[in-house]
Amino acid sequence: MDFTYDDEQEALRDAVRGLVGKAYHDYEQRRQAVKEDPGFSEQQWARLAEMGVLGLPFAEEDGGVGAGPTEIGIVCQELGRTIAPEPFLASVVLAGGLVSAAGTPEQRAEVLGALAAGERLLAFAHDEPGRRWGASAEQVTASADGDSWSLTGVKEPVPHGARADLLVVSAALPEGGTGLFLVQPDADGVTREGYATYDGGRAAKVAFDGAAATPLGEAGLDVTASIATVQDITRVMAGNQALGAMQTLLKATTDYLKTRKQFGVTLNTFQALNFRAADMYTSLELTHSLVAWATMVIAAGDPDEVAEAAARASLQVSRGGRHVGQEAIQLHGGIAMTAEYSVGMFVAHLTALDHLLGDGNHQVRVLSTKVADYDALDPLDV
Amino acid sequence: MIEGRELTKEQIVEAQQTLNAAGLAVPHWPEEYGGRGWTDLQRHIWLEELQRAGVPTPLAFNASMIGPVIAHFGTEEQKKEFLPKTANLDIWWSQGFSEPDAGSDLASLRTTAVKDGDDWVVNGQKAWTTLGQFGDWIFTLVRTDPDVKKQAGISMLLIDMTSPGLEVRPVQLIDGSYEVNEVWFDDVRVPADNLVGELNGGWTIAKFLLGNERVGVAPVGSTKRILARAKDLAKETSDGEGGTLLDDPLVRARIVELENELLALELTALRVVAHSADGEPHPASSVLKLKGTELQQAVSELMVDLAGPASVASGAGDASDLAEWARISTPTYLNLRKASIYGGSNEIQRQIISRTILGL
Repeated sequence: MDFTYDDEQEALRDAVRGLVGKAYHDYEQRRQAVKEDPGFSEQQWARLAEMGVLGLPFAEEDGGVGAGPTEIGIVCQELGRTIAPEPFLASVVLAGGLVSAAGTPEQRAEVLGALAAGERLLAFAHDEPGRRWGASAEQVTASADGDSWSLTGVKEPVPHGARADLLVVSAALPEGGTGLFLVQPDADGVTREGYATYDGGRAAKVAFDGAAATPLGEAGLDVTASIATVQDITRVMAGNQALGAMQTLLKATTDYLKTRKQFGVTLNTFQALNFRAADMYTSLELTHSLVAWATMVIAAGDPDEVAEAAARASLQVSRGGRHVGQEAIQLHGGIAMTAEYSVGMFVAHLTALDHLLGDGNHQVRVLSTKVADYDALDPLDV
Repeated sequence: MIEGRELTKEQIVEAQQTLNAAGLAVPHWPEEYGGRGWTDLQRHIWLEELQRAGVPTPLAFNASMIGPVIAHFGTEEQKKEFLPKTANLDIWWSQGFSEPDAGSDLASLRTTAVKDGDDWVVNGQKAWTTLGQFGDWIFTLVRTDPDVKKQAGISMLLIDMTSPGLEVRPVQLIDGSYEVNEVWFDDVRVPADNLVGELNGGWTIAKFLLGNERVGVAPVGSTKRILARAKDLAKETSDGEGGTLLDDPLVRARIVELENELLALELTALRVVAHSADGEPHPASSVLKLKGTELQQAVSELMVDLAGPASVASGAGDASDLAEWARISTPTYLNLRKASIYGGSNEIQRQIISRTILGL
């Protein structure tokens, strides 16, 4: 277990920090970028592709770089530090991760190569109205007529579903289980209605009415377990992104306490405020430790261990993120309630990440089912 | 230990001497004084394993506090005289730091030492001296110059607790135990050779001593063991309605949250000890004491709640039909309220974080 970065990882961090910082060091730049659809900067997406960031997780034969989870985590942290709106998490880590995990070699090379080059944006259509977080599909159903498949039902919310050039869709299979399909968004029987989310992101309702679909990987195969593992990896990467955002929030808060004056003195004159900032630091460091550990667990690769580590990291990110976010607004006061100041939007984004793949209580529920099965936790076992 | 019972002095001595015979009582000391020169990380793992196995850890006053101080600041005579006996717990050391008016504000201490011939004459009172009733010697901060800035007039003396004029008065605590003491000094004569380090250099030594505490300030291993035990007990304790306490989703959720926070703390402790460069602690080290004591207390609180009505029966003896763990749960919980007060209260820790890390 090594919590430090090597030289190459440091270089990656500096490169991504430079690129992302140039685009979004001033919060107003981010605000402008999310104003109009697609809710992010296409130019910035192209620059990320050029730097090789969009192909990081994928194998070299699929057009990627074959980097490990630590590198992907570094990218997510750096994007989180400015809450950069480019859909790396939704499109590369999650949707791309599914293609990488379940696709045939031909599908992987074709789809992931284009994704890595920034030519084709992917979205994962999975959540369904009336259902909570999970790895299976129920309301969107797949049916086969000979070798040709079609999908029917509604997916919502689909992150970046309106802008996507290709949809990865989960659907209930005729013989039971959940399969994955590639769907062209302009195919007959697909309708999309996009909208903005409270953190400046984008989501969509995507309805399928007998839309033509290509099975991802072997037709008819239940891939619930693969979906679950890619979701777990995405949970940890969302945690990395949240960690970056939390670091910025604490820094913004302490800077503000040192400069803002009331009663003729700076706010850091008041111990009640400083102690609350100290507690934010504690939450941040505990979150850092669990996120870094879970990222290393992914590298070790056992799916059950990845699932447990993802649940544990997500639980801490949820608790710590809410604490740091809520306190950041409170310690700033009214200024943090305004749309033109960054802090409120960072908190909004943390809230969105928290609800992407299961909030803290969801993780407690998951972990509670196994709590009687072991003695003491040992992180070195994992 | 595993059952949560109090240990006798003899048991603590036996444990340390057994470890010392195996070369494991003071592995972090320099090799020339009986140690192995272990790194913080090695020591951290060693301490975690001792706690996990329920082995009483070497007496902190000896192994972590005065031993390293004498090894670093002491004269050759002091090293020769004290270090072997300190490692082997042939001498039981007490800590003479806090006073009634000098708690978190330690530098305000008022116990005085005045030179008289070849001796120092000590007068005053120390407070909260943990296990002072077992002490043979006491390392004591005394005021040797009243006319300078308060930190600059303090020295450290090694004082034989059988000296005439030295009196130890036990103080009963809220759990009924006798753990801390008042130590009174009435014209106690101390040979000049028993000064440690420089005259008026006591504050530097005190900071060195407290700075050594970054390993072991968060009792992760023992808290983990107690939490695992709480889970076992919940599993085997009837809820009176045909199930066990662990069937209760609220109990399970509470345990899950505690386990997760403890895991985060354990990993943070590893980050801290593995990356403390050249004696400079990792910035996150201040989190350890704060969060470690909070979790230690939270787990003891869980035990009381699991014990339920049986938690009241603290005075019952072996004839009781109630489980021993349940009977001692509340005294333990009450006793552990001390953890967020001693060793620099948790408010002092917040002060350190906000000042030195956040620059507030």
